[in-house]
Amino acid sequence: MSVAQPPDRSLSGRIRAAWGIVALPLLSILLALIVGALVMILSAPIAGKPVDLGLPLTAYGALFQGSVGNFDAIIGTLRTTAPLLLAGLGIGLGFKAGLFNIGAQGQFLIGGIASIAFAQLVHDMDPLIAIPFALLGGILGGALWAFIPGVLKATRGAHEVVTTIMMNYIALSTLSYLASGPLKLPLSPQPVTAGVGNAALPILLGRDGHLGILIAFLVVPLVWFLLYRTTRGFEIRAVGANPDAARYAGMKPRRLIILTMSIAGGLAGLAGAGNILGVNHQMSASFSTTVGFDAITVALLGRSNPVGIVFASLLLGAMRAGAPLMQIEAGVPVELVDVVQAIILLFLVANAVLRRFFRLRGVSANLGTTETMTATYGSEAIR
Amino acid sequence: MDQLINGLYGIPVAGLIFQAVGYIVDQLPFLSHAAVAISIPIIFAALCGVVCERSGVVNIGLEGIMLTAAFVGWVVGVVATQFLGHGDPTPLFGFTLPLIIALVSAVAAGMLLSLLHAWLAISVRADQIISGTIINIIALGLTGYLISLISQSSPKGAGSFTPLAIPQNVANLPVVGWLINAVFNQGPIAISAIVLTVVLQILLFRSRWGLRTRSVGEHPKAAETVGIDVVKLRYRNVVAGGALAALGGAYLSMELTNSFQPGMTQGRGFIGLAAMIVGRWTPLGAFGAAVLFGSAQAISSSITFAPPTGSLGDFMNQVPPQLFDALPYLVTIIILAGLIGRSTPPAADGQPYSREAAT
Amino acid sequence: MTTSPPAAASPPTADPPPSSVPALEMRGITKRYPGVIANDHIDLDLRRGEIHALLGENGAGKTTLMNVLYGLATPDEGEILLDGKVVDIGGPSDAIARGISMVHQHFMLVPVLSVAENIVLGLETMANRVFLDLGEARRRIRDLAARFGFDIDPDAKVASLSVGQQQRVEILKALYREARILVLDEPTAVLTPQETEEIFVLLRRLAENGRSIVFISHKLYEVLEIADRITVIRRGRVVGERAPKETSEDELAELMVGREVQLTVDRGVSDPGAVTLEVDALRVTDDRGHPAVREVSLQVRAGEILGIAGVAGNGQDELVEAIVGLRSVAGGRVTLKGKDITGASPRHIHDSQVAYVPADRHRFGLILSFPITDNLVLNRYCDAPFARGIIRNDEAVLAEAKDNIAEYDIRTPSATAPVATLSGGNQQKLVVAREFDRDLALLVLDQPTRGLDVGSIEFIHRQVIAKRNAGTAVLLVSAELDEVLEMSDRISVMYRGELVATVDGRTADKNEVGLLMATGGKAKPDAEWTQPIDRGATT
Repeated sequence: MSVAQPPDRSLSGRIRAAWGIVALPLLSILLALIVGALVMILSAPIAGKPVDLGLPLTAYGALFQGSVGNFDAIIGTLRTTAPLLLAGLGIGLGFKAGLFNIGAQGQFLIGGIASIAFAQLVHDMDPLIAIPFALLGGILGGALWAFIPGVLKATRGAHEVVTTIMMNYIALSTLSYLASGPLKLPLSPQPVTAGVGNAALPILLGRDGHLGILIAFLVVPLVWFLLYRTTRGFEIRAVGANPDAARYAGMKPRRLIILTMSIAGGLAGLAGAGNILGVNHQMSASFSTTVGFDAITVALLGRSNPVGIVFASLLLGAMRAGAPLMQIEAGVPVELVDVVQAIILLFLVANAVLRRFFRLRGVSANLGTTETMTATYGSEAIR
Repeated sequence: MDQLINGLYGIPVAGLIFQAVGYIVDQLPFLSHAAVAISIPIIFAALCGVVCERSGVVNIGLEGIMLTAAFVGWVVGVVATQFLGHGDPTPLFGFTLPLIIALVSAVAAGMLLSLLHAWLAISVRADQIISGTIINIIALGLTGYLISLISQSSPKGAGSFTPLAIPQNVANLPVVGWLINAVFNQGPIAISAIVLTVVLQILLFRSRWGLRTRSVGEHPKAAETVGIDVVKLRYRNVVAGGALAALGGAYLSMELTNSFQPGMTQGRGFIGLAAMIVGRWTPLGAFGAAVLFGSAQAISSSITFAPPTGSLGDFMNQVPPQLFDALPYLVTIIILAGLIGRSTPPAADGQPYSREAAT
Repeated sequence: MTTSPPAAASPPTADPPPSSVPALEMRGITKRYPGVIANDHIDLDLRRGEIHALLGENGAGKTTLMNVLYGLATPDEGEILLDGKVVDIGGPSDAIARGISMVHQHFMLVPVLSVAENIVLGLETMANRVFLDLGEARRRIRDLAARFGFDIDPDAKVASLSVGQQQRVEILKALYREARILVLDEPTAVLTPQETEEIFVLLRRLAENGRSIVFISHKLYEVLEIADRITVIRRGRVVGERAPKETSEDELAELMVGREVQLTVDRGVSDPGAVTLEVDALRVTDDRGHPAVREVSLQVRAGEILGIAGVAGNGQDELVEAIVGLRSVAGGRVTLKGKDITGASPRHIHDSQVAYVPADRHRFGLILSFPITDNLVLNRYCDAPFARGIIRNDEAVLAEAKDNIAEYDIRTPSATAPVATLSGGNQQKLVVAREFDRDLALLVLDQPTRGLDVGSIEFIHRQVIAKRNAGTAVLLVSAELDEVLEMSDRISVMYRGELVATVDGRTADKNEVGLLMATGGKAKPDAEWTQPIDRGATT
């Protein structure tokens, strides 16, 4: 046990404190990019190409160019960042409450399809009515999809890792059913939904900088305020850190688990709604995305902290936005981004090893209140 | 002994399912066979879960381990075939040299990946669910990345294992014929799942390994104080579990099909975890639950394969096909929610162990 | 995997070294943990056939020293000699192979396994290379138990045994391994006086048989009774060695604590007022649905302390949890100042001037990763002035924390340090500060001083007496019979979920209460009883 030091208020002290927070993530990202480069070089012969030591430079160059190389690319990055940011905030909120919500993927999809359903009800109304209504639909859809695992966890003790994954697959079937049935674009040969009409989000910036991006960034201070300034946020953090002590203190862990899951799902649903209303404007039965899983990386990399999540989602958003150009210019499949992501997390989790190797002192290793997640695994219902 | 009997409760569950399956076997001729076939990877995943979690390590990375093994098995098969040719398959199970090399590689890959999980969970003492998630992301990313490189040259696979042929007169036996046919008209990996379930059930409750595993999963400190190396035992179990999950993955790409698609495990690893919980962390119980979940999935695929006729067909045509796709996941959630209160995990499940930590 | 037969574990029997050489010698043992030196150059020697007591306060470093001996902790300095030879003990298996066994304070038994499985674990009798032969193990365990006068069923699940029986299983485990050196860490902490006597008889018999015993305790009268020699350690150092005949409780206490201590609190005279808490025919079940509290009725008056004595696991935890609203009530009534509070929420009961100090502060009382400030308002965070509406008021929380830290002498570098950085005594003071710092009608204390140092115990006891004198009704549950005897105005004994007797606190006889704790005052237990789940204790 170490004795806590009173905070150092000097400038150098603040810099040291800041370094303590960002050193590990930065190092992990750098090392992951190096590992990614090795993967690229070594895997080239599989596709029948010669080993080319310059390939990583070309690929990362294209990745950089495609993500922040020009104004449109930056807007593109922001566009892919927005859903990652929202869903990542939701997953991070779950982590704070000791919940591992792997279901952001399904909540995103249901949020998207629900926003279309709501939009179709009001497609010819004034955008001032149609847009909030459709966004609300997305939030409700996502919240419902997370509410179910929340209730099952709180009342039956069914672990959310299993149930949210199951909900992801059920979401795929639901989407497929709605897009080829009730919400189908009439007379279309393909199973694809009708459009969103006046609920489409206006473009504020550049070619496709839609309103949803702004909304996503505005949600960040809200979540931060909820977590750190309100009594409800205190309860959420307390339940995550020690559910027994929270109950002893008069809080209601069951309700808080259901509430937190629902908010997290609502955020992922809003991510889906924003993306559909702002970018796609319709969904096909086979709509696919990686948002839900990328958001897990975002939340872990951002240490469940809303501010950290902003930076983490920008990084992942840039990688996703730039990846297609990397595939075109360097012939490196976009899936390299998944590999790099996983390696970032690997280094982040193996932080004890990193710290010893790079002699990082005073660097905080705390990944957030994640201890209780496995502690409640498969346990009895929460009282 | 109690636990042994406790574990046996999976048998009536499984029996009940087979009976229900038998009832509509005439309507859906492929259902019983499909139920067993689809259950196999779930059984392997559940067995992996039992072996890991009985020693106190939660392994949600088994989905990724299965996927990696499926990929490696297929790819090594492709490469080995290029160098060695197909060769003559043996009459029983259709073994060929490339297939055997591929299977061994798949299992090795699974063990290697679970070694990574073991290291993170046991030595680094990371949160085990996060560690498992990382395994899953690595597996999904790396296999996705490599397959999109490979598929640029559209290679030919090494073929697949063939099922045991059940003599027609046995398959036609009344009452049990369809069951024997469904269970044993399978390839070598599928049959090994059934054998391994029984073997593990006996070992877990009767052998020294089993006693030590259970003690480490319940109270690692107590095990340590009588001289059991908790860390080593957990490493062994997680890596052995990896081999089991890898067999499940190899089954998908080398026995059920002869191909690899990105993400082809489709959450079966997670369903396997649910089966393990519902089966109360016993191999037999997990087997029963896995067959239950597999049967739900089989309904969907057997309908697609041979649409039923008659009144059952009429009824099924009324139902949107997506419902059948979602059925296994719905069933998993419902059963999990219904049974979990009576299913207690090993006491130290998911908790990293440190020798010098305060008691 | 090979198993060394137990016979190979005791080579010295073949060629016994001269008896002048101590069986065990520890020289200059030093063990540092970050920020604290647990053992500072400790020397200890143990003669053959001797019972050597290691006396010290909680946190003095006794357990660390024994963990070093048992290979559970690696010393930074120092050496260990067995029969005069330096040995290197890398882990428990080394210790066992050299004939050292340890009975830990928290039993190292796997509850879901049987007695036989627990005993053979790590040294299994095998039918062949793979399968166990538990039949042979059972035979050997029965023989061994008979030899030492035990009565134990090798097939019983450990979870179904009483605490005293579990301890016997632990000792059997050591005997099964043919231990020459036996270390017992606070073996009497959970026993009744009668059970303690039985263990003492057994230990003497073992010592006569040539086994050497290290007996760890913080109870003065016990070490005076059982030990041949007493070594006292304080803050990781040896501060003295005494023979029981040449010393007294007062001297030992001073050595142990480092200053003169008053061994008992002056509880003064109580002046009971009106009935504050009334419990009527209360029934409560444990986590598995088994009855844990059966038809308990009791009254606590304003200005009196009612102590509940009982061996841990006889329903005391469930009783208090039901009273404070943390556990649902299966039947009966709880009234506070005439108002029915049966089944009310923990917050409602807290707001009715009821304070509760839980048994396990790490699990229930504190959020270790949270700062002191947040923990001090853990159950008042939504009340004014700590919150305005739904918005938290950090300034008010910090001001309150600074007040509490000063008033309750909580030693910390900063009010915002995480609670995990505090010592056990300071953590408990924090809980006491939070719970005591207002006007109270009822104070419920469950094991309020478990695992604390003498200074903290004194402090907390004085605070409790002060509350009683101010007219608060106090319900005190403790497995430490001494604490109950010392503090209570009246004592009720809880046995298998029932209150079997109530006696006057001033005239109560320790042996009488102990007998009630052990047997419920009945010749034969009349009710089926399943031990409530042991939810682990705080150290």
